[in-house]
Amino acid sequence: MTRSERRSRRTLQLTGAVAAGLLALSACSSSSDSGSSDSGSKETSGASAPSSAKVSGTVTVFAAASLKESFTALGQTFEKQHPGTTVTFSFGGSDTLAASITGGAPADVFAAASPKTMAIVTDAKDTADTPVTFVRNQLEIATLPGNPDKISSLKDLTKSGLKVVLCDKTVPCGAAAQKALDASGLKLTPVSYEQDVKSALTKVELKEADAAVVYKTDVQAAGDKVEGVEFPESAEAVNDYPIALLKDAGNPEAAKAFIALVRSAEGSKVLTGAGFLEP
Amino acid sequence: MTRPGTSDTAARPRVDGPRRGRVPRPGVPLPLLLPAVIGLAFLLLPLIALLARAPWRDLPHQLTSTEVWQALQLSLLSATAATAVSLVLGVPLAWLLARTDFPGRGLVRALVTLPLVLPPVVGGVALLLALGRNGIVGQWLDAWFGITLPFTTAGVVVAEAFVAMPFLVISVEGTLRAADPRYEEAATTLGASRFTAFRRVTLPLIAPGIAAGAVLAWARALGEFGATITFAGNFPGRTQTMPLAVYLALQNDPAAAIALSLVLLAVSIAVLAGLRDRWMTAAS
Repeated sequence: MTRSERRSRRTLQLTGAVAAGLLALSACSSSSDSGSSDSGSKETSGASAPSSAKVSGTVTVFAAASLKESFTALGQTFEKQHPGTTVTFSFGGSDTLAASITGGAPADVFAAASPKTMAIVTDAKDTADTPVTFVRNQLEIATLPGNPDKISSLKDLTKSGLKVVLCDKTVPCGAAAQKALDASGLKLTPVSYEQDVKSALTKVELKEADAAVVYKTDVQAAGDKVEGVEFPESAEAVNDYPIALLKDAGNPEAAKAFIALVRSAEGSKVLTGAGFLEP
Repeated sequence: MTRPGTSDTAARPRVDGPRRGRVPRPGVPLPLLLPAVIGLAFLLLPLIALLARAPWRDLPHQLTSTEVWQALQLSLLSATAATAVSLVLGVPLAWLLARTDFPGRGLVRALVTLPLVLPPVVGGVALLLALGRNGIVGQWLDAWFGITLPFTTAGVVVAEAFVAMPFLVISVEGTLRAADPRYEEAATTLGASRFTAFRRVTLPLIAPGIAAGAVLAWARALGEFGATITFAGNFPGRTQTMPLAVYLALQNDPAAAIALSLVLLAVSIAVLAGLRDRWMTAAS
């Protein structure tokens, strides 16, 4: 790792590296060759119980960061149910995922944290069927363990001296928080607008912030590192989570089977267990 | 832009012999030419795409929005401050690494350059654990002085200095190694103290290296994303630098993101042009 005897001429190479780094910033969205295996996009409702049809191969699922825990569990269930299949996940901000799907990333299934981000994909005509809402997610306030600041309502977050983080308005959790704040007529100035819900939560987990407005599911996933506080205004901003089969799916049969599992009673049990609401 | 450093006039590195007057030899071998051209295209194509897709017509409108100006101002200010911090701390550190011999120096140098290869987000987390409100040092800063760095502009400067300083240290250390230590020694034998010799002899001698390192550090600080958003968060006007603004604009307003990227591109080209005069002699 250590490079000895650097001549100042070497700086040139560094310059190149820096320039490349600077430029890399302007290319945030990952795009890759779409493995455009022309699959006949057949209408599918996917509402049926998990089919016992023979499926195999790999299913690639792009899913919102908040689905991480529950979808990972469902992926394992799916692989058990259908020997010979592998489910690979890419979790991230819904909008980032949507951008990479429209940019041609090879994926079979997209599960977004808001209809708005799903619309990015449907507008680009990249879905094979109409997206369906499979769960809903409600906001909650995450506070430090033991709630030392005695936060019991959304209004308490506007107390001076309190460090609150919200998600940025461009991501679903931020849009929802804004909606809830608007509904209650409150003005809240956070210390930061985080780029996704997990990083907002992390700021509270690390005790850098006193509270964050995140999803109920995130609070639950964080275990005892944070404490959840429900607030009535969250009913004004419940997020629908749509799921859809993608047009360029390389493995549409297995993808349909996975969607079916997500929407089955079994899938619902896992998802509500993680704190999601029934659609 | 604002370049901390000295106004060195056309100082050229005295590291290697004359390399001017390169005569292009006929007959470039194809196995070399082909990958070279592909490599060049690979590096240039994304930039061309950026320019081709740029919303030129509403560019003025995009760039005059308050948020862009806020982000740009903050970026320039914090990158400059981070460079200043890097200079004050980095030049002495480079001198120590180049001019003194202490046990474990190789290890220290490796550790100094670690932030170069560390993923910036990891750097940001490490900074939080060290200087955050609950960090190893941060909790005392908070308790004794009431200073909290995360979510403040000072935090942005800290994050940027953390990733940018190694560039400066490496650059200055290289220059120091290439510079002849006998000048310093001569000055000390003539009665100057070590520090005076450093100030009056060494510093002017390595000024070009320091300037180049400062420009590099500044550019790196300007482009810093991961450590900043992790350590300082994202708040317009306070901690939202240009790269953060680009990233978030990309989510819902790609045109604005491209406009912002163009500004950063222009700045990096300016930096390269500034460096070229110093490092490439008569390069075409």
